[in-house]
Amino acid sequence: MTLDFSVVTGAWQSLLLGTVGTLFLAFSGMALAMIIGVLGVVILRMQLRLPSLLVNAFIEIVRNTPFLVQIFFLFFALPLAGIRLNPTLTAILALGVNGGAYAIEIIRGGVESVPKGQTEAGLALGLHKHEVFRLIVLKPALRAIYPSLSSQFILLTLTTAICTSISAYELTSVGQRIEAETFRSFEVYFTLTGIYLVISLVTMWLLAAIGRRAFSYPQR
Amino acid sequence: MTEPNSARNATAPMIEMRHVEKFYGPFHALKDVNLTVAKGEKIVLCGPSGSGKSTLIRCINHLESIKSGEITVAGHRLSDSQKAVDAVRREVGMVFQQFNLFPHKTVLENCILAPMRVRGLSRAEAEATGRKYLERVRIGDQAAKYPAQLSGGQQQRVAIARALCMEPMAMLFDEPTSALDPEMVKEVLDTMVLLARDGMTMICVTHEMGFARQVADRVIFMADGAIVEENDPESFFRAPAHARTRAFLGEILHH
Amino acid sequence: MGILELTYLLQGLLWTLLLAAIGFAGGIVFGVIVALMRVSASPWLRIPAIGWIGLFQGTPLLMQLFVAYFGLPLLGFDVPAWAAVSVALTAHASAFLGEIWRGAIQAVPRGQSEAADALGLPARSRMVDVIMPQAFKLSLPATVGFLVQLLKGTSLAAIVGFIELTRAGTIVSNQIYRPLLVFGVVGAMYFALCWPLSLWGRKLEQKMAAATAK
Repeated sequence: MTLDFSVVTGAWQSLLLGTVGTLFLAFSGMALAMIIGVLGVVILRMQLRLPSLLVNAFIEIVRNTPFLVQIFFLFFALPLAGIRLNPTLTAILALGVNGGAYAIEIIRGGVESVPKGQTEAGLALGLHKHEVFRLIVLKPALRAIYPSLSSQFILLTLTTAICTSISAYELTSVGQRIEAETFRSFEVYFTLTGIYLVISLVTMWLLAAIGRRAFSYPQR
Repeated sequence: MTEPNSARNATAPMIEMRHVEKFYGPFHALKDVNLTVAKGEKIVLCGPSGSGKSTLIRCINHLESIKSGEITVAGHRLSDSQKAVDAVRREVGMVFQQFNLFPHKTVLENCILAPMRVRGLSRAEAEATGRKYLERVRIGDQAAKYPAQLSGGQQQRVAIARALCMEPMAMLFDEPTSALDPEMVKEVLDTMVLLARDGMTMICVTHEMGFARQVADRVIFMADGAIVEENDPESFFRAPAHARTRAFLGEILHH
Repeated sequence: MGILELTYLLQGLLWTLLLAAIGFAGGIVFGVIVALMRVSASPWLRIPAIGWIGLFQGTPLLMQLFVAYFGLPLLGFDVPAWAAVSVALTAHASAFLGEIWRGAIQAVPRGQSEAADALGLPARSRMVDVIMPQAFKLSLPATVGFLVQLLKGTSLAAIVGFIELTRAGTIVSNQIYRPLLVFGVVGAMYFALCWPLSLWGRKLEQKMAAATAK
């Protein structure tokens, strides 16, 4: 058994670009997921029967089927619906939809975690509903969901690897191209694993640092 | 014939509730409640849990909406319109059982939020008011701390100061000492007594009968959503008229 | 889609179930070890467990499958694809379950181990008779949640080339050119497996929340 990492180290520029692609997918996917998450919570809070049912069905379907099946489905369904996206945009859409279902649940939990008395105290002081939400509910709610959102972001970052299945531009698909050219499968995937590990550790550390700064008031 | 405004205000009650009915679904929470509170009057509201006493005061600042009847506060007739609700909440302060201080804001920030947003004070004015009332509740040295860094009694005194910063015409207290450890009850009651001496109009839902004896002009006993009995504290405690009142007093005075 | 294709998908489904079962069973065995090492007072046990958990939670499952698939032969283990995938899923599950159970063990109130100590129970009995049964109950919702995650995760074996449900779907789809129908059916099959588990997990969670609220 001989290992030869030179083919991998020689391709460091491609790997770097792939890493950028992965981060781009993760950030865009998370941004879309947050938009879907907030929209979903707004719809649920209107407490209308049919819209709530649809949102809940969306959550259940996404959470109980594999991402790989979802991305395949979107990949084939979008062109049939007349929407032509390149694989990378399709991947972002799939990541956003997948992450969105989890984001709805997280954000809903966060808003519900702020005690009702907080809202009442704000109202009793004469603040309006939207002021109460913006000035009183929002920050504690964000603080409550920040850890879950952080893990969700890491999870989404790791999920981007699956987007190689539709040849989106990201680290794993770059790796598969190198593998196809060099047949050094183990070396390639071993290296990719290391890169992903560094990405998650750095992201985790950064998110924790941001969290400490943004929500520095003492806990009850 | 028109009365001069000032004369009408002098005699008009601060808070008036007439034939107020309130339901939670099928549950009849308030039954034909009539209550008139004059300016400067102190009312203690008591009764078993579920009797509607909290609901009653929460209707006064429209944290709960009523089914029928009318509520007038400081000359403002309460309705579901945002304008009427705003007008009333501007004039009425409320203190909650669970303090409900905003955990992400310092003590002083808790106090200046509403004066700036609702009354339109500048930050400097609001801070001056805030410090004044924090001093008044003897907690001025804690202004820069966060609620979680204070004891329960201190938090509740901050909550009182926060309400006072709006310079309200009346204050509502919803079981302000029920969530406190016994040794902290006194500091909060002392603050409330101080406030009463200053002539504040107060409605207090509380089981602190010592406080009732000391400051209340009237004690009101509620059961099953209705006002059962009201009297001056002396007569109320000495000779309660209703069997339910006697039973209730027997319960709480034994503890 | 005819009976032939459906049978083929059902065969894939069987493999999906088998992979999940192997991964979960292996994950339980090794997960307990990881959890116990993780809560151990000795850094020689604790730190490797932290590293193991971090490694599997910080990298994509797909990479774990690839590394096992290509790495095991390099180590001299000439194993079939299903075995390589099973090894990866087991290791993956051991890290995730280990972390879930670590949390549960530490969530058992301190008073419980103090009471066990006060009764003079030996450390082993304290863990096995007092802490672990309570931790097991606490961890049940998250454990069920992970089982759902693992079931979905087995689909990645398709990318390695192993013919489980998703891969069977790709093959059928390529044959009959009806991708939406095929992946719709495949998705429905996963849903039929996962949804009841998710509902069960949520019910357990609510029951526990109600119990602690009392």
